[in-house]
Amino acid sequence: MAHTEAKEDKLVIGGRELQSRLFLGTGKFRSNKEMEATICASGAEVITTALRRADADYPEENILNFIPQDRILMPNTSGARNAKEAIRIAHLARAMGCGDWIKIEVISDNRYLMPDNIETIQATETLVKEGFTVLPYINPDLSTAVRLVDAGAAAVMPLAAPIGSNRGLRTKELIQILIDEIDVPIIVDAGIGRPSEACEAMEMGADAVLVNTAVATAGDSAAMAKAFQLAVQAGRAAYLARPGRVLDGHASASSPLTGFLRSADESGVR
Amino acid sequence: MDKETIDRELAAAAERGQFLDVVKSYADFDFDAFLDCVTDEDVRTVLQKPHLNRMDYLTLLSPKAAAYLEPMAQRANRETIRNFGYVMQLFTPMYIANYCENGCVYCGFHQGEPIVRKQLGRDEIREWGKKIKETTGLDSVLVLTGESPRFSSVDYILDAVDVLKDIFASVSLEVYSLTEEDYRRAAAVGADGMTMFQECYNKAAYEPLHPFGPKSNYEFRLDAPERAARAGLRTIGLGALLGLYHWRSEAFFTGIHADYLQHKYKDIEVAISTPRLRPCVAGFQAKSPIDDIGLVQYILAFRLFMPRAGITVSTRESRAMRDHLVHLGVTKMSGSSSTAVGGLACEADEDSQFDINDTRSAAEMAQMLYRQHYQPVFKDWQRMV
Repeated sequence: MAHTEAKEDKLVIGGRELQSRLFLGTGKFRSNKEMEATICASGAEVITTALRRADADYPEENILNFIPQDRILMPNTSGARNAKEAIRIAHLARAMGCGDWIKIEVISDNRYLMPDNIETIQATETLVKEGFTVLPYINPDLSTAVRLVDAGAAAVMPLAAPIGSNRGLRTKELIQILIDEIDVPIIVDAGIGRPSEACEAMEMGADAVLVNTAVATAGDSAAMAKAFQLAVQAGRAAYLARPGRVLDGHASASSPLTGFLRSADESGVR
Repeated sequence: MDKETIDRELAAAAERGQFLDVVKSYADFDFDAFLDCVTDEDVRTVLQKPHLNRMDYLTLLSPKAAAYLEPMAQRANRETIRNFGYVMQLFTPMYIANYCENGCVYCGFHQGEPIVRKQLGRDEIREWGKKIKETTGLDSVLVLTGESPRFSSVDYILDAVDVLKDIFASVSLEVYSLTEEDYRRAAAVGADGMTMFQECYNKAAYEPLHPFGPKSNYEFRLDAPERAARAGLRTIGLGALLGLYHWRSEAFFTGIHADYLQHKYKDIEVAISTPRLRPCVAGFQAKSPIDDIGLVQYILAFRLFMPRAGITVSTRESRAMRDHLVHLGVTKMSGSSSTAVGGLACEADEDSQFDINDTRSAAEMAQMLYRQHYQPVFKDWQRMV
């Protein structure tokens, strides 16, 4: 059975069927060439890049020219401090020919880079109406996620820990609630430091993970990207295999509280 | 700027709370006593902490902490890579005027110095801006004027921003202290940042160094970054000119000024610069010079105190020093610099504000960074105005 399920296991976002559940960010690399090689090695299909880094005037250094053409480009609104700025960046991205996918990243705190959920909802509402495929990055919060789904978000991207912190699944319980309650894909974004943590997010039932710092700052970023791809695949396979049956773990041979129902003679109950 | 306007701004600052209140709260604090009493144990304890408070930061600025530069550097390197990656922002300064009404006793631009005074007009600014962009590829420019509200009026400065915003993705200002309303106008025209060096946080030392001119008002200058943050400018740069007063306490106040602004205006990107006095035509000798060890200690201590803040190192530093600083927490460097009006790197000019030390072009800086496995970033901002 598990075999059949795995075959039919599809991730569809914005009408696109994706083969890879690893999404990759493009910041912090030692060079654009290294970034390109890492994307190729990773097998990641959706690549996010900060529009503010796109430099049409300087092709040799333009980050967009190093993202392989066969990937789905998902520009992000990094640098936006409110909904208005995020919307403006999305419009610029579209005008620059970056397609209709947009990751909304509204950050009004520069010490921890925590997203502003309220502004993110507003930007999502507007951009969905304008025909964008919107993937908002949020603090994992159920009511925010529900509003984003109502607004037409194509997926919801909760953070595992602050951007760049490599601290792992700090918001695990909150992400689990989103996985259980939200009907669009949940992509765990930000804070994942190791492949094992990406694997754990996938085991929990996340639909994909987005990784950047952990790959870009690794000693060998291409090899680390491959490791993440394998971890994501392993985590997904484990999720489909339903790990809960062995890990729930409190079963015991005897039933101290309800055993009396089966051995009426001993308990004196009839 | 008339006295009435300045008084009105200062009254508003007093009302809302300002960094001056923080500075005053240290009036009775004995820096020398604290710094002298720091023990090895104190330094080691701070280095174990995940988050540093203000006194931890001061501990790392102590003479004792100089013996811990390598562990500080290792952590600063890790924190910087984690937060910023293997990248270095490059920008270029652009001096569009050098008229100045200040009397800063240490500066080559100050009033009375027999240098040639110039001011570029709108067309000259456009042509020169285009030339910088074409020859360097840099997309981030810092516009400087001397401090002369008379010659370089707010309208003149805003006009320059208006011209340059069509050429560069990011235009920042380093000009005299403006009112909150004028910073708001600058943001509306398309400026996205400002830099304001307090030069000297110690008020008693500040006053004789700045005997007249707009800069002679310590309080109005100290509050300028906060007015800019309130007005919506995105990046705010701070700095003390190292050498004017004891560098450890100056470094401390610069750092906590950054911390104060980041806490109060959470969306700004705050950065510090660590300029050291350079030779200039004024011939001023540093009273309290900071050596290379001190400079590195300052940069590392600040990086550990504020892991996400920017650190800018200008061409005042030598080539060799800048090459090493790439790994030690610095996030932004200037290139192709000239401090002369209308000047480009390598074009000799006697009438500059100070002597450039590292004269490399942006392309040479990029090569150096690539050799060190760092990516030079020419553009990192998308204007939204």
